Amino acid sequence: MADATTFTNATQILEPFRGIKRVTIEEYFTSGHRTCQGCESALVMKLMVKAAGPRTIVLGSTGCMYVANTTYYTTPWVVPWMHTQLGSSGSAALGTAAGLKSLMRKGKMKAEPINVIAFCGDGGGADMGIGAISATLTHKEYNSLILLYDNESYANTDIQLSGLTPYGAHTTFSPPGKVHRLIHRRWKKNMAGMMAAGHPECRYVATVCASYAVEMMNKVRRALTIGGPTFIHSLDPCPKGWDYDPMLSHEMGELAIETGLFPLYEVEDGVVKYYGKTKALVDGRPRKPVREYLLKQGRFAHFTEEDLAHFQSKVDEMWQQWEIPAVVPFRRVDATKAALDVK
Amino acid sequence: MSALAASARTATHTLLTGDHAVAHAAALARPAVIPVYPITPQTPVLEKLAELREAGALAGDLVPVESEHSAMATCIAASLAGVRVFTATASQGLALMHEMLHYAAGARAPVVMVNVNRTLAAPWGFWADQTDSLAQRDTGWIQLYCASPQEELDTVLQAYRVAETVLLPVMVVFEALYVSHALEPVAVPGADVVARFLPPYEPAWRLDPASPRGFGGTATPAQWRANRLAMQAAMDRAVAAVADAGERWGELTGRGYGAVEGYRLDDAELVLLAAGAIAGTARTAVDRLREAGVPAGLLRLRLFRPFPAAELTSALGMAHTVVVLDRNCSIGSGGIVAAEVRAALHAHDETDVRLFSFLAGLGGVDVSPEAVVGMARYALRPGPPPAESLLPEAV
Repeated sequence: MADATTFTNATQILEPFRGIKRVTIEEYFTSGHRTCQGCESALVMKLMVKAAGPRTIVLGSTGCMYVANTTYYTTPWVVPWMHTQLGSSGSAALGTAAGLKSLMRKGKMKAEPINVIAFCGDGGGADMGIGAISATLTHKEYNSLILLYDNESYANTDIQLSGLTPYGAHTTFSPPGKVHRLIHRRWKKNMAGMMAAGHPECRYVATVCASYAVEMMNKVRRALTIGGPTFIHSLDPCPKGWDYDPMLSHEMGELAIETGLFPLYEVEDGVVKYYGKTKALVDGRPRKPVREYLLKQGRFAHFTEEDLAHFQSKVDEMWQQWEIPAVVPFRRVDATKAALDVK
Repeated sequence: MSALAASARTATHTLLTGDHAVAHAAALARPAVIPVYPITPQTPVLEKLAELREAGALAGDLVPVESEHSAMATCIAASLAGVRVFTATASQGLALMHEMLHYAAGARAPVVMVNVNRTLAAPWGFWADQTDSLAQRDTGWIQLYCASPQEELDTVLQAYRVAETVLLPVMVVFEALYVSHALEPVAVPGADVVARFLPPYEPAWRLDPASPRGFGGTATPAQWRANRLAMQAAMDRAVAAVADAGERWGELTGRGYGAVEGYRLDDAELVLLAAGAIAGTARTAVDRLREAGVPAGLLRLRLFRPFPAAELTSALGMAHTVVVLDRNCSIGSGGIVAAEVRAALHAHDETDVRLFSFLAGLGGVDVSPEAVVGMARYALRPGPPPAESLLPEAV
């Protein structure tokens, strides 16, 4: 493990794993947690810290990956770990990074780079904590990775809708009824696109899905190697919240990618790079219909053909009308139309 | 007198506002991380720290954050990472921090923060009112109330010593404008004096991959209870830690401090009691009462949490009447300090003492010495004290 010296803050140089057989064997998130059967977020925690390695500090804001993982005396974390409040993943990352930098500057701690990773759920990251995360992504002098594990609901409190819950989904705050079939009618926020577009000091933003584990770990390694503040959005199928058989978590993640609903990409220094199946979609491979994904989940069981068609049309829009397909929703004004408008 | 003490006592006095005095104190304490967020009338504290840093008098990082909630979250994380931290706030900012105040105390992070007492909305205002900090009395923070820029400077340095001894956060409090923006000559001690008083922060544990630990796991009822009892025990130790820090500071600088401060108390039968700079007005009132032949004295409450019940009742001596001035109000209950004093007297079997509770100077309203004399005379009228709800608001 070498240290980068080309950056203001040295980072650990974490080369990508070249294939599954090259992945290190050591685990830093082990037994001792109490997550559900088929929990993808627990897998994300395990892969995240496996990718980061032993010189890592993990900060977790309130959510299921805090409460289910960190009962006193039974922590699965092998690396140092700290809880922070629901809205504070960004500010805890900032404080920890600033503290470590000072200790190293004063010679009170060995001046070898330490990864600081703060994780948050979709409630903590896209709702309450978004301000603090946004602020942290402007502080280029401190190295930290914010990883948002998105299981599309407040899963810790038994599945309430968040800013990242998909359109129409059944949650305990949006139970479909006879009067209103769809209670939740807001389209999911585009977190990765928002973070990438709005934070000029953030050099690396990526989306991941644990169904593609090696790619996921390599994006974590890339983020930590680049340094400064970085952001990763992980889509995590949740058997309890999404209502499907726990054995299908992996397939559910694949379908989210293959339908084009959740694109896999990274934005490094402003350059967008698509990955895996998403890249194939960009290159012209047909997207699977979103119904194949939606109808496998109980949370969409109340959808009618009309709802499915609307959902499909929104996904089509992401791919057909966005200037950078499925990443940022900007479009150029049609040149002819603009000319006519001037007259 | 040692050469050091002599140099401390002859320190040059500088004209400083209350806000700038604490900025100098914070810089002298050598914090490594200072999250900054502006709010009137605290902002000059952090602005001065930015100037001091630019001038080379402060080596720590000033970290601009996007809210007071994040300021405290950043303080906690940096403190657990193993460094000394500082921040300052007021009013709405303190209210926004509330969640993290509990967290800092429960995590046993020795954060030191200044709060400038300011009215809470609605209605909007910028004036002195102690309700913002007194409303945080159950968060597990040690609270020290100051009456002058000099005392603030001295108290911030003592606060670090106390916080790092008992592992609880400390809030140093003073009133908006009356203290925060008032200019007074302040003796700024040299770094040599501070170094003698406040050793570098060396925590017993911290976030360190060389020795991995987990902070803040979910607890069982028994574990949670044990945590709270440990905090209560630390609060009990804080009374002695505050006394020790005040005494040691006195040895070094000639300016000693205790949990309470008395004025003309020796033979006092009527005692005026207040926290903060409003006690200065009460002091003048004591002199006027004495001139008129009334054996009056003043007790200024400096330490509010932990509440120094024993020190307070002992200092009251033979007084039979206590007049409490509260620049704060717990709506539905009344003066907050009065309620605490009443509980302390009862706990120490001082049930014969007549206690009068006055809301004085709410919302920054000016309180004159004459008004305070009027309160004392009201309390000295013969006959049983009236029901409290009938007591007039003096000003």
